[in-house]
Amino acid sequence: MLVIPCPHCGPRPENEFRYAGEAHIARPADPEALSDAAWADFLYMRGNPKGRHAERWRHVHGCGRFFNCIRDTVTDRIERTYPAGTAP
Amino acid sequence: MKFSLRTLLTQGLAGHSGWPEQWRSPEPKAAYDVIIVGGGGHGLATAYYLAAEHRVRNVAVLEKGWLGGGNTGRNTTIIRSNYLWDESAAIYEHALKLWEGLSRELNYNVMYSARGVMMLAHTVHDAQVFKRHVHANRLNGIDNEWLTPEEAKDFCPPLNIGTDVRYPIVGAALQRRGGTARHDAVAWGYARGASALGVDIIQNCEVIGIDRDAAGAVTGVETTRGRIGAGKVGVVAAGHTSVLMGMAGVRMPLESYPLQALVSEPVKPVFPCVVMSNTIHAYISQSDKGELVIGAGTDAYTSYSQAGGLHIAEHTLDAICEMFPMFRRMRMLRSWGGIVDVTPDRSPIIGLTPVPGLFVNCGWGTGGFKATPGSGHVFAATIAQGRPHPIAAPFTLERFRTGRLIDEAAAAAVAH
Ligand SMILES: Cc1cc2nc3c(=O)[nH]c(=O)nc-3n(C[C@H](O)[C@H](O)[C@H](O)COP(=O)(O)OP(=O)(O)OC[C@H]3O[C@@H](n4cnc5c(N)ncnc54)[C@H](O)[C@@H]3O)c2cc1C
Ligand SMILES: [Zn+2]
Repeated sequence: MLVIPCPHCGPRPENEFRYAGEAHIARPADPEALSDAAWADFLYMRGNPKGRHAERWRHVHGCGRFFNCIRDTVTDRIERTYPAGTAP
Repeated sequence: MKFSLRTLLTQGLAGHSGWPEQWRSPEPKAAYDVIIVGGGGHGLATAYYLAAEHRVRNVAVLEKGWLGGGNTGRNTTIIRSNYLWDESAAIYEHALKLWEGLSRELNYNVMYSARGVMMLAHTVHDAQVFKRHVHANRLNGIDNEWLTPEEAKDFCPPLNIGTDVRYPIVGAALQRRGGTARHDAVAWGYARGASALGVDIIQNCEVIGIDRDAAGAVTGVETTRGRIGAGKVGVVAAGHTSVLMGMAGVRMPLESYPLQALVSEPVKPVFPCVVMSNTIHAYISQSDKGELVIGAGTDAYTSYSQAGGLHIAEHTLDAICEMFPMFRRMRMLRSWGGIVDVTPDRSPIIGLTPVPGLFVNCGWGTGGFKATPGSGHVFAATIAQGRPHPIAAPFTLERFRTGRLIDEAAAAAVAH
């Protein structure tokens, strides 16, 4: 089980959190204007890197807030976490 | 050497000292017509059917570790074909039919055992979903039947159908032709068959780059054992597919998660069939060695760690102990994880890619062992002919652009 440092509450066990997938995927401002390929890229295509990964978590059994996290997907080591809406 | 009663007797009398190696391990050639990346069951089956059915024999299978060292050798070997959608039913049933004759076809005992796969329903919703599956399967000519709790217990006597538990059993769906097979034997049998037809099986050879010409078409691969040319490359790398496709600049609708399994100490035969519970996340059967083979869930987050969290396995053992109280004092021997490649609709991707000459077979996620023969069979045809085999046709990468998803995710939640 990971120990995840919530930027608002500090380190807590993984089962207080819910994983929310790759971070920094912005919903296109005007979906109507997008090609099908660009829409598919937004909806479905993922980096899925072996190594450094920017991802979202939500502290569902704590403050309830979403935040971002940089984790290495080979070692599962967390480099750092930072509030939602801020740049990596 | 063909396996037969005669070879068994003569080898037995010679103290089993004369068995030859089962496949050749040659140095890689400078180039092949087709390179398959990934020596798991799906990659090896693809190579076998390319050689056996399409006479494409100048083929190499490149494996970064050892054959079957990926998910093929890490899975709980559940085989069934009672999927909801027509497209899925077609490919899994195609595979099941091939399983039924596979030991004979390969002259290698893959220990396919149709002992029945029983999926438990614990809620009204489960019961409705499974009955819907039973009817859909019947329309597709696939056996699947609904059992009452008492009938389920008749079929699997260790099952606790008491109502004083957290998740009582309200019924079950049973596919009698479902069962298990020996995972290593599947990899070895296909490798042996392919090698005998001229396919080069090359282990300890990691692909680290995909070469393309000015027009963007594939010309070969870079490996830890040097460059190897090829006009066609088939990527069959399960959890590492995104990494490999990234080498050719193709983004994939995949996320890689650790999925765990564990086995108990071996005991005498006590468990006659396969039992799965999607709702409380546990899968169990007994291997011919006597170990209970138990499948757990995926971790919540993507990872390449091949481990998985302890709390995931613990959660599964809770469920096993509730359903089968007689296993409460059983000791677990080993546990491990595999990296499964999960698509948004929980259906595989088989076919062409935007890069000419590059083919992909992936996205089997938590449930592709059962499909191994069918997947290899239709992927070989797709590579040989340069267009999708009819059974593979719905499973294109394109479907994520067109929106024609095959949503087994909504149908089953768990895909084993
Ligand atoms: C714990 C667990 C339980 C499961 N239970 C079931 C089950 O009960 N029933 C079922 O149907 N399915 C099950 N599955 C899923 C099933 O195991 C897989 O879908 C299936 O085995 C995938 O086969 P494959 O040949 O595509 O992949 P793999 O066997 O993983 O083969 C891919 C190969 O590619 C190699 N590779 C990766 N990168 C490179 C590279 N760069 N160069 C060269 N080679 C490379 C890997 O080393 C690996 O050997 C389970 C999986 C796990 C992990
Ligand atoms: Zn918090």
